[in-house]
Amino acid sequence: MEKDVPKFIVQVIIENKPYINDPEGETIHRDLVVKGGYSNVQSVRSAKMLKMVVNSKTEHDAEASVKKLCQELRIFNPVVSNCTVKSTGKS
Amino acid sequence: MAARIGIAVFPGSNCDRDVHYILNNTIGVEADFIWHTKHRISGYDAMIIPGGFAFGDRLRPGIIAAHSPIMQEVKRMAKDGLPVLGICNGFQILVECGLLPGALMMNDSLRFVCRWTNVQVTNNKTPFTSQFALRQKFGIPIAHGDGRYVADSKILKELKKKNQIVLRYTSDNPNGSTDLIAAICNEDGNVMGMMPHPERASERILTVDRSSRNNNNSGSSTDAITIFSSLVSNLKQKAMP
Repeated sequence: MEKDVPKFIVQVIIENKPYINDPEGETIHRDLVVKGGYSNVQSVRSAKMLKMVVNSKTEHDAEASVKKLCQELRIFNPVVSNCTVKSTGKS
Repeated sequence: MAARIGIAVFPGSNCDRDVHYILNNTIGVEADFIWHTKHRISGYDAMIIPGGFAFGDRLRPGIIAAHSPIMQEVKRMAKDGLPVLGICNGFQILVECGLLPGALMMNDSLRFVCRWTNVQVTNNKTPFTSQFALRQKFGIPIAHGDGRYVADSKILKELKKKNQIVLRYTSDNPNGSTDLIAAICNEDGNVMGMMPHPERASERILTVDRSSRNNNNSGSSTDAITIFSSLVSNLKQKAMP
């Protein structure tokens, strides 16, 4: 049966809230990007991305199910991070 | 019945044996290892979640362990008012399972820090600090990559209002923690998380006299054992004579 259910790729991006300083992003920005000649880059924030392949009837359902699991399983710590969930189409 | 303390063990715990040794051999209280898959634990008067790298710090430190069966039991014990102490990775696990507020993030130096530091007792009304004097300073080692305590202004205000900041680093901030926070407790005071390692400073053989190298007192004291002796003195059951 699973063969008939389409697969979707859903990206989960876990990013720290603006009030959290991000020494990794700052170092990448200051010591790599700006020193490397790209002074037009204003800032860098580091984040973590998870890519999930989800069996689901529709893209919307795939996204909804990942959004639910992110909350339920505390994939991100809501005190310090924001989480963005978006489907990038069929796998 | 004599008092018993449980030590939760996860794949990747690495300070469990140190805590077990100090409790059984130095303090003289019965302490047992409890594997993380246990769904039902009974007969324990307190729980310690030791340091290490439970589940290899996958996703972020403490989060996978926070979902393990034993933590449901630890939550129940915490609710019943029994003392629960999280050390280092144990602190991270207590935060991720929701028993303590806030978050522990990567040190601002982006490096793993392993050295002695000094802390000050800012709340001696908890079961883990009752035998310290208020504002007492003592030396204790730290060893962590993710020890920067962070919380939003609302949580910090609550922590201060309810006297939940238990230990603070005294001068240098080894990891960038907000307000030099080294340990916090829950509202009732029976759940505490601390980044420093008292089990690594509870016997003279583990300390190093560094007075010749610098002028602070860290490294030369076993005062940190008072964390464990306070805990044992506050157990409902008494320890074996």
